[in-house]
Amino acid sequence: MVLPDTPWITIVWNDPVNLMSYVTYVFMTYFHYSREKAEKLMTDVHVKGRAVVSAGTREEMERDVTAMHSYGLWATVSKNE
Amino acid sequence: MSDHEEVSYGFRRSDSGRLVLRTDLVERGLLDTLADQIMNIMAPTSQNVDLDPIARMVGIDAEVEAPTDEVVRRLLPDAYRDDPDSTADFRRFTDRDLRTSKVAHAAVVRDCLARSGEKVTLSADEAQSWLAFLNDARLALGTRIGITEANHQELNDLPDEDPRSGMYHVYDWLTFLQESLLQASFFHDS
Repeated sequence: MVLPDTPWITIVWNDPVNLMSYVTYVFMTYFHYSREKAEKLMTDVHVKGRAVVSAGTREEMERDVTAMHSYGLWATVSKNE
Repeated sequence: MSDHEEVSYGFRRSDSGRLVLRTDLVERGLLDTLADQIMNIMAPTSQNVDLDPIARMVGIDAEVEAPTDEVVRRLLPDAYRDDPDSTADFRRFTDRDLRTSKVAHAAVVRDCLARSGEKVTLSADEAQSWLAFLNDARLALGTRIGITEANHQELNDLPDEDPRSGMYHVYDWLTFLQESLLQASFFHDS
């Protein structure tokens, strides 16, 4: 998913409050991901503690992080290293 | 994250696709109070009142300090892990819009409650605001009582006189409501 020419990524972090179903709903609603992909990312967040949910320009990633924060998910922007 | 079993009450989907919740006066009062509290803690901070009107119009703040209250910090978290300058810039450009959006969701909840009796009926759009509000309220309560993935039983077993006890039971009820609303409004086809 993370292409070499997309230098910035959005990471969603695990937290003890957000419901697994709600995280799946947010990924499907905001990113328009399939249920399968949304549940895979949600499971990564839950089990591994974090998941890269999108990649692109810095401006795009800040927009995605803003959206995640508006839904109450804990997300950060990072350089794709 | 926490997993929650589907419950046999809470929100239901009507034949016409609206979302219906049976409530009593105490429950409606509690939801209204929580929505009012979210609106209060998410109101744009007073340091911005003298802002240049053009900047205010486009939602940019001259300066936004990182929130010190742990609940506000959880609702408006840092956007960069190890980059204070970028985090501060991000706040200048997004703090006002994020607060406005959270206040708007809570206001939708209050409007729905104000027009409702025992039966609270939501449109699909209103349900989205309720989902976001229920999440914000759970984040606020969960942060205040220090919830983790491992201490639910401990919080559930607290004596009644512990102030965290009542907050935990409200948190637990909001979790039921949010899960039932997700199932009734979004996952109803599965």
